[in-house]
Amino acid sequence: MFSTIRIVMPALILYAFTANAIAVPTKPEAAGGQGAQPVAASVMPSTADHHKFKALQKQFKSGPEVTEACLTCHTESAKQVQHTKHWTWESVDPQTGQNRGKRNIINNFCTSVVSNEADCMACHAGYGWKDNRFDFTVEKNVDCLVCHDTTGTYRKLPGFAGHPVYKPLEFPPGSGRRVEAVDLMRVAQNIGMPSRTNCGSCHFFGAGGNGTKHGDLDSSLQHPGKYLDVHMDEKGLNFSCQTCHATSKHQVSGSRYNMAAALKGGAHMRGMKDASPASCQSCHGNKPHPVTMTKLNQHTDKIACQTCHIPAFARNEIGTELSWDWSHATKMGPDGKPVLRMDSAGRRAFDSKKGTFAWDSYVIPEYRWFNGIAKYKVIGDKIDPTQTVQINEFGGSADDPDSRVWPVKVHRGKQPYDKVNLTLTLQHTGGEDDTALWHNYDWQKAITTGMEAGGLPYSGEFGFVSTEHTWPITHMVAPKGDALSCAQCHSKNGRLKDVEGVYMPARDGSKVLDTLGWTLALLALMGALVHGGIRIIAAKRG
Amino acid sequence: MTVERIYVFKRFERFWHWSQAALIITMMLTGFEVHGAYDFFGFGKAVALHTLGAWSLIALWVFAIFWHLTTGEWRQYIPTLDKINAIIRFYALDIFKGAPHPYRPTALKKHNPLQRLAYLVVLLFISPILWISGWFYLFYGEWKAWGVDGFLSLEWVALFHTAGAFMMLAFFIAHVYLTTTGHTPMAHIKTMLTGWDEVH
Repeated sequence: MFSTIRIVMPALILYAFTANAIAVPTKPEAAGGQGAQPVAASVMPSTADHHKFKALQKQFKSGPEVTEACLTCHTESAKQVQHTKHWTWESVDPQTGQNRGKRNIINNFCTSVVSNEADCMACHAGYGWKDNRFDFTVEKNVDCLVCHDTTGTYRKLPGFAGHPVYKPLEFPPGSGRRVEAVDLMRVAQNIGMPSRTNCGSCHFFGAGGNGTKHGDLDSSLQHPGKYLDVHMDEKGLNFSCQTCHATSKHQVSGSRYNMAAALKGGAHMRGMKDASPASCQSCHGNKPHPVTMTKLNQHTDKIACQTCHIPAFARNEIGTELSWDWSHATKMGPDGKPVLRMDSAGRRAFDSKKGTFAWDSYVIPEYRWFNGIAKYKVIGDKIDPTQTVQINEFGGSADDPDSRVWPVKVHRGKQPYDKVNLTLTLQHTGGEDDTALWHNYDWQKAITTGMEAGGLPYSGEFGFVSTEHTWPITHMVAPKGDALSCAQCHSKNGRLKDVEGVYMPARDGSKVLDTLGWTLALLALMGALVHGGIRIIAAKRG
Repeated sequence: MTVERIYVFKRFERFWHWSQAALIITMMLTGFEVHGAYDFFGFGKAVALHTLGAWSLIALWVFAIFWHLTTGEWRQYIPTLDKINAIIRFYALDIFKGAPHPYRPTALKKHNPLQRLAYLVVLLFISPILWISGWFYLFYGEWKAWGVDGFLSLEWVALFHTAGAFMMLAFFIAHVYLTTTGHTPMAHIKTMLTGWDEVH
């Protein structure tokens, strides 16, 4: 159960500390324009005070009840949300037609949501998705509060299929820790625009813990300083997530599923249609450096901004997970009981439920050509177990004008697969039932249940295969003084030493030409020395 | 023996020569660092100095070309094979015997035939390789606008530039050595500094 605590505890602690500190990230402009007579000490940033709405002045029994109240005014909001990935957990690749999204892919962490919905849906913007019979058309099951709560008291725990805590309970069971019920009326009356904390309540804690998944997203971005993120710097620009991930009709722009790896042209103008600001270029253009640094601007046809301007990710003590080896799961301690071991920085190192982990902070990225198109392993895809299975394959090459060299986090691991059908398996991990891996420590039962829930054939024979999952790094942009210096790439053993297809001075050259050239220079020198030597000797004899 | 003094190199010529020498040394020092041969200034600074040096050379050459054209001094580089055998013989044999140089420079003909040929090779072969490849290197960002991105590759531009640099280095070594072959080891240098040549 420890692991479950650790999934939830950071979120709880986080909320507790930020309950009052983080409100709507709006600042004092609202306090009256020039020459305006002060009518009150402070003016709400919103034009509506939700405390005054009759529909919200009641004791709500459930999340869906609150949503029904929201919909009495915001009549179209649920329909909008239902068209987003936050609701469907699906994302169709417009180029390949492949249907990805959390619902369909297998990732390198908890692997798949199938048969584990009750746990995973703690991060679904909805209520009640506990199995594959969930009705995606019911509007009241859209969760407004998880994104719009400003009190920091709204909690969704694993095991409740996306519902918040309605009754005080001990969580995790047997832990002796009491989790209070959410005061839904208070939360409903205090809604506002999503803050970094709202987005972060899921996106910082992906894969079961703070910083685990992305490497460039963790709870340090709630109150970042300039060092960590030059745009989100709380004392500086203080960007919210939506400053870049601009949102319209609840569609949040800028998904890693459909990325533009190489944005061309200048910065966007206000009012420009169909242009997502979720890229560096949308504000900075493609020649962002002053004319005195023209050489740097000439890099933008090959190098993503992030490559130089995010010199390392997980730049904090939280760190990020770099590998997860499931093949060690179900190994017990010497006393036959499950073990949970932390590394020296307090991050999970081994868990009998899950296997072995490796973490690091201040991680230097790997670098790949990337054109924005990534092909994912979806449930049922065939694999070749003699090779490392690529959970997602980044498209792109040096010859492709739409590709750039990107910094990436590569998360490595081992996952179970069906040795006969050659597919990655689905396993029932979370839950308190007999077949749940984290309850009964029995792979065979867990896989059988998981495969059945996903409608996949299972041969009964499983093994473990090496896997890699690649993540584009794009957050935690450093101040310009911390950007990479030239020589960090322009040298024989620089950061881009393995990036092919591009000529880099100081890294590349022709061995033949260099040998010929130095020989020529050496011959000239020898000729001079010999000629001069003879002259000296001749003069002495002279 | 009488010593005849003639004024060979005018003020602009001397300025041109020495500022160009300083710039070419800078270009070689920084250029070979950019090429990855060693670490001295640091890559970024080497690139910045190399670029600055290139623009300075361009400015200098604009003046030099203007000067050569308006003064007619460009004729100094018209190649000739006249007496070339004697010159070759001098450097290969007679110099060791202390024989005088067979060529008498005058203000109208400053360079001996071997010099003329060598400088012509520098001017018409080595320099253009460096200049043309260097220009494309410098304006890499404009290739698309110029319509040359389809057939030019940075690798080939870099290789030509490097090849030119090696040839320039070899010329530089030989050139510096040959300055010592006057009637005294420092005589040629002195002429290049003062403009006056002592013909013995």
